[in-house]
Amino acid sequence: MKITLKIWRQQGRNTKGQFKTYSLDHVSSDMSFLEMLDVLNQDLIKKGEEPVTFDHDCREGICGVCSLYINGRPHGPLQTTTCQLHMRTFKDGETITIEPWRANAFPIIKDLMVDRSAFDRIQQAGGYVSVNTGGVPDANEIPVPKHIADEAMDAAQCIGCGACVAACKNSSAMLFVGAKVSQFALLPQGQPERKERVERMVAQMDAEGFGSCTNTYACEAECPKGIKITNIARMNREYFSAMLTSYKVETKGGD
Amino acid sequence: MKLDSKIPEGPLGEKWTKHKFNLKLVNPSNKRKYEIIVVGTGLAGASAAASLAELGYKVKAFTYHDSPRRAHSIAAQGGINAAKNYQNDGDSVYRLFYDTIKGGDYRAREGNVHRLAEVSVSIIDQCVAQGVPFAREYGGLLANRSFGGAQVSRTFYARGQTGQQLLLGAYSALNRQIAAGKVTMYTRTEMLDVITIDGKARGIITRDLVTGKVESHSAHAVLLCTGGYSNVFYLSTSAKACNASAVWRAHKKGAFFGNPCFTQIHPTCIPVSGDHQSKLTLMSESLRNDGRVWVPKTAMKGLKAKDAANIKEEDRDYFLERRYPSFGNLVPRDVASRNAKNVCDEGRGVGATGLAVFMDFSDAIKRDGKNVIESKYGNLFDMYKQITGDNPYEVPMMIFPAVHYTMGGLWVDYNLMTTIPGLYCLGEANFSDHGANRLGASALMQGLADGYFVIPYTIGDYLATIGWNDKIGTDHPAFKEGMDKVQADVNRLLSIKGKKTVDEFHRQLGLIMWDYCGMSRNEAGLKKAKNLIKELRAEFWTNVNVLGSTNELNQELEKAGRVADFLELGELMVDDALSRSESCGGHFREESATPDGEAMRKDDEFAYVSAWEYKGDQPETLHKDELKFENVKLTQRSYK
Repeated sequence: MKITLKIWRQQGRNTKGQFKTYSLDHVSSDMSFLEMLDVLNQDLIKKGEEPVTFDHDCREGICGVCSLYINGRPHGPLQTTTCQLHMRTFKDGETITIEPWRANAFPIIKDLMVDRSAFDRIQQAGGYVSVNTGGVPDANEIPVPKHIADEAMDAAQCIGCGACVAACKNSSAMLFVGAKVSQFALLPQGQPERKERVERMVAQMDAEGFGSCTNTYACEAECPKGIKITNIARMNREYFSAMLTSYKVETKGGD
Repeated sequence: MKLDSKIPEGPLGEKWTKHKFNLKLVNPSNKRKYEIIVVGTGLAGASAAASLAELGYKVKAFTYHDSPRRAHSIAAQGGINAAKNYQNDGDSVYRLFYDTIKGGDYRAREGNVHRLAEVSVSIIDQCVAQGVPFAREYGGLLANRSFGGAQVSRTFYARGQTGQQLLLGAYSALNRQIAAGKVTMYTRTEMLDVITIDGKARGIITRDLVTGKVESHSAHAVLLCTGGYSNVFYLSTSAKACNASAVWRAHKKGAFFGNPCFTQIHPTCIPVSGDHQSKLTLMSESLRNDGRVWVPKTAMKGLKAKDAANIKEEDRDYFLERRYPSFGNLVPRDVASRNAKNVCDEGRGVGATGLAVFMDFSDAIKRDGKNVIESKYGNLFDMYKQITGDNPYEVPMMIFPAVHYTMGGLWVDYNLMTTIPGLYCLGEANFSDHGANRLGASALMQGLADGYFVIPYTIGDYLATIGWNDKIGTDHPAFKEGMDKVQADVNRLLSIKGKKTVDEFHRQLGLIMWDYCGMSRNEAGLKKAKNLIKELRAEFWTNVNVLGSTNELNQELEKAGRVADFLELGELMVDDALSRSESCGGHFREESATPDGEAMRKDDEFAYVSAWEYKGDQPETLHKDELKFENVKLTQRSYK
């Protein structure tokens, strides 16, 4: 296959970026998208040009670190992670445009690599059950109905890639936050901190500069793990009920 | 130096309990005066960092990822073993111990493995309490499945994403401590050296991967939880960034390396499709519960998956079921891998390359229905289809073995301390517990056992012995020297400006390792590999091309440092494989086989752990840590 690539190049956070065009003429349809970029980078190094920086690691669709906005869609044309996208999805002779995730809360580090530490800070605000190691009850002491456990697992599958934010015209992170809130709201283990958790995580999400949800469903359409929009509805319900019935919780990023 | 494994005396079942009582304790109000560095935040590192911070220690944690949640523990699919006996099928702590010792082909320590089996039950309790959504039955209780090398169902799982859920559990515990200010988290920061002063580990040197800044950090103790070194083979199921640099650089500072040649080849991976291949993808071993492995009885070159259904039942060879009737498709990984290799060597392999065997689900789908199979393996089937373009609900999968895990690692004693006092090694990065072959669903168990339930006890003994005022700050000249050395190494890589890329060297090394130090090894091949690696290493240092500069984000520079270390580690693996002229577990020496081709151990000569000491320009010295078996009888493994 022969393809043309238009790739966003940007030296650092505070420098101006631009598209550069590259052509590749020895692409195999069995290559993954990232392997195609590997080939490009090898060519660039041979020519003495700096290779394109992009985040990638597990290459099996689970670590969540690969990103890339491909032809106007996060992770490209299929509902999967970029590392699981293969060149057979594209046509011979096609021009492919590759950009980084674009969101104020995800500043660009270099080329196609962005800083997603805002997601970590949201999790640190409340995405846990406060139990220390040891001294916990036997695992089978609290039965959890299978359909509840399954629903919690559906939400817990989120890989934290940020495609939901990249897909959203408001750069909202509500699918990401809603998934974690849902997992713990559903399970008995999450009950003691249920109200504080949603309050804190939402406050941190706002403090990081993510936008609001206006129900376009773009996040659900692009999520490589099929996380459902229901999780946003559940988070809104949780938040509303927490605001009505519990103390306001100060958060680090709250004001 | 005399190796002391510090295995406690006494009956097997009482060793750990007694040892815990004998360990010194640190007074709760003194714990905050101790600083501990944790390098790596996968299952072992995140669970250790969180648990130590909960106890009150001041923890600094480091990862080269952008977030602890990216560690490759996340990719473990199938499950985690625990001796809960919830299924009432005859499981017990002793049986898990026995299966693990036997599965490891009697090259692990009895004491360590029994402790692992003991704490396995607490791990499940802990993870459930954290909100890990394990699979459940309709009554609301936890579900189990069976895994290779065991005849009981003791594997807990969260669909095909057990590693993900367990890692996110440990990540959540770590996040709680970061928010509480008890753990200082350094992301996109790579450890490049350990600092030892007066023979003790006193801190580390790091490089900020975004700015390139080299920094030093001091502490009372350092924990390396940095995973395995499968990427020495270039193609493996490890993530692209997985590397051996932390353990290798610690090795060069005096930490002995245990059993470096013990690598695990996983039988069920998606076969290589071309030269562009950047990594291999595993299909969980749990698939072997329902998938039947076969090849045609006579060679049919280039047989495609879509034509498999045309092969009549009597023309198929279900070679695992045929050779191992009692374990069938669920024989341990090393046995399954070698058999797949053998049938391909006979020319009976399938697919375009002939380096693949079928794993067929048609009988299971007929028996249980597509829905049941989908609920068990849906995500794995989707992944397979995504990568290969074939639909495994309709045609059999094609699989082939791939490097997956390294049982070897830094040598540690029962307290998980390396031969450098104050330097600990946890999880896949150490050599302990799995012997010469790891059973499925035991990696997650060991990583979490080390982090949640072993190190919180054992580290206190060392810290209480040295005292909280025995700390050396980063103003000590050793830290300055360490930083200068790291910077010089980085500059050297950038100054070569040769003609070959880092990846080219890495691929070449991988091929040498796979051909001569892979699934099957012999003396002539290993000797040849040793020379090839030496030549390649010499070429690397004169002809590698690393562009860019040191004061910026430079992914090629990161890779170059890691490959430089692989080029040294590879040679040690070959030396170790040469010195062990027996077959055991994943280490198959062609010179040591039974008449029907099974691995043959030589217990009289080789019932020890190889512990290698770095000697600079001189060859490494082999120390033998003898293995004592007081409870199990050593037999040739049989899964027939």
